[in-house]
Amino acid sequence: MDVIAKRNIFLGFSGIIVVASLIVIFVFGLKPGIDLIGGTQWNIAVKNEDASEITIKETMLGVSDREVMVKTASDGTYIVRMLDTSEELHQKYFTALISKFGEIEEKSFSSIGPAIGSELRAKAIWAMILVLFGISLYITFAFRKVSRPIQSWKYGVSTLITLFHDVIIPTGLLAVLGQIKGIEIDTNFIVALLVVMGFSVHDTIVVFDRIRENIFLSRGKIINLKDTINFSIKETIVRSINTSLTLVLVLFAMMFFGPSPLFYFVLTIIVGTIFGIYSSIFVASPLLYVWDKWSTKKSA
Amino acid sequence: MHNRKNISLILVSVFILSFIAGIFVYEPFWKTFSSFRPWGLGLDLAGGSYLTYEIDLSQVAQVDKDFVVGGLRDVIEKRVNLFGVSEPRVYNENTASATRLVVELAGIKDVKEAIKQIGETPFLDFREVSQEGTSTVSFLPTELSGRYVKGAQLQFDNITGTPQVSIEFNSEGADLFAELTGRNIGRPLAIFLDDELVEMPMVQEKITGGKAQITGKFTVDEARKMVERFNAGALPAPITLVNQQTISSDFGKDSLDKALFAGALGTLFVIIFMLIFYRSLGIYSTIALLMYVALALGIFKLFNVTMTLAGIAGFILSIGMAVDANILVFERMKEELKRGVSKTAAIEEGFRRAWTSIRDSNVSTLITSGVLYFFTSSFVRGFALTLFIGVIVSMFSAITITRTLLRVFVKDKKMDTPNLVVPQTIS
Repeated sequence: MDVIAKRNIFLGFSGIIVVASLIVIFVFGLKPGIDLIGGTQWNIAVKNEDASEITIKETMLGVSDREVMVKTASDGTYIVRMLDTSEELHQKYFTALISKFGEIEEKSFSSIGPAIGSELRAKAIWAMILVLFGISLYITFAFRKVSRPIQSWKYGVSTLITLFHDVIIPTGLLAVLGQIKGIEIDTNFIVALLVVMGFSVHDTIVVFDRIRENIFLSRGKIINLKDTINFSIKETIVRSINTSLTLVLVLFAMMFFGPSPLFYFVLTIIVGTIFGIYSSIFVASPLLYVWDKWSTKKSA
Repeated sequence: MHNRKNISLILVSVFILSFIAGIFVYEPFWKTFSSFRPWGLGLDLAGGSYLTYEIDLSQVAQVDKDFVVGGLRDVIEKRVNLFGVSEPRVYNENTASATRLVVELAGIKDVKEAIKQIGETPFLDFREVSQEGTSTVSFLPTELSGRYVKGAQLQFDNITGTPQVSIEFNSEGADLFAELTGRNIGRPLAIFLDDELVEMPMVQEKITGGKAQITGKFTVDEARKMVERFNAGALPAPITLVNQQTISSDFGKDSLDKALFAGALGTLFVIIFMLIFYRSLGIYSTIALLMYVALALGIFKLFNVTMTLAGIAGFILSIGMAVDANILVFERMKEELKRGVSKTAAIEEGFRRAWTSIRDSNVSTLITSGVLYFFTSSFVRGFALTLFIGVIVSMFSAITITRTLLRVFVKDKKMDTPNLVVPQTIS
């Protein structure tokens, strides 16, 4: 398979998906979860047959005229969402619901103030930036001994672009899911994106490492970069796929059999990892080539 | 073959170590051994409450801030200990804009009551009584309040047997009390608790020792609670609850069971994959993987790493990555074998050459988990920590353990002279 020759197709495919993801993100927007903007999520199990989304909402509106949203979860319990709630009001709601429906089991209750939310948001953005640049700088450092014909910082920047690619696509998916199913972006999602960055770079490193080795082995000769890159991809494609595949196997086990709170966390990592396999083969190395061609043309 | 004996010795010790770790980790196997350090389960798995309070330090001078925050933590810790929660955790979390106090209560039943008691300041004060005529009584507030209480004790009246709370003031409070009683000899003095009149005893004489008794009409329980609260002290600064997360223990148990099942299943998938794809080499990576699981879990348990749902997820992800190094080495070995190198030489070469990419990819995961650890708070931290430890242990298992296994068990079929490895060049 001549990846470099068909680079425009592969890069074009990635480009289209990335642009589509960006459009979706800007048009639909991302729905922030309560841990990022503050608010209350209350999960209750009500045995009484009379209970429904509507009757629960009515009962709660009887306590306070603040807006509440009641949804039925997949396990038949109810999830109540509202602005952040003081303990006093929480107990008032609880008492009112008990007097109306009888026995109620409180599965979980979390109420987060807006200050904590905005702080978490700031921290999340910083963490993303640090990981992106931390990894890229490390690659630049690790590849410092190969400066010809490609400078080591170009490996770093190619990695940066590849990482961005792997992260923007699951984000686009979440924007769509947010629009259709009301899925929210929470801390877990941000952690998942960071994990995707850490993992997807593995395969990229494997290919780059082989390019580095092959360039090193042919030192003193005139290097045909196109062949070297193609050859390196061919040599490493099986292991690139296999290393990610073992991770994907584990992730699938977690998505289908693991605890429900982790579902979207795992889904984000799966999507990121699968596009990570693609990008390490069909994006990272072609980028390296295109860039080199472009700069030699410029200097010539 | 270098030092076969030594290598076998290393292998046997690693085996024994992993085996011990396995017994230690899997509790039903040998309870007395494994229970010397039980698993530390996070709130999201054990059930419990995670409360964040914001401390209002606006009335506190800059120099006193650390002192006040430390005192506040002590007071709250004492109050929390009264609930009988196993290992409650109270700690500060400072940000640029706010000073916070986090209270973690694992396995607590009545969160409502806990929240009430943490935030409650028993407010005791003494008031002078002025009586005009016979009917109208008015109370004049004094400076003497619960702030000056040094300690309290539960006592019983010698004659009636009714419970009493005896309180002792600190030196400042003792002076105030002496002055107050001296001024009011022969007159009543009112004692208020949380703005309610508890008692109005007649002052017989000036009391200088700094001790007072509140007799009121309380039950033994009420009196005991009051004593506890006085001893715990008053809060030195006001606090407000800004974040509350409560998870029922059933919900946590369910999540834990599912996570463990998914982890076991994922491990099985990986093992099957390795056996299908790498045949006999897959057996070695399977052994190394199982040892990895035992050793990593052993470390988590030994060092009391709190296992949260996210933490377990982090560990399960590390299982998926643990064989990565094996895959890279095995693929490299295949390449070397194709070049006609002997099996044993291929093993050594495979490990040597795959090392740079193994190192670089693991470092990138370490960077990610490091950033996660320092940039997030408790829930995500568990994930970052288990991932970090997992990556380091997996490098040991995938490289050291697998290599030792291969060195011991793989032999060259015939005595062939080791080939010189001539690097192939690419034109």
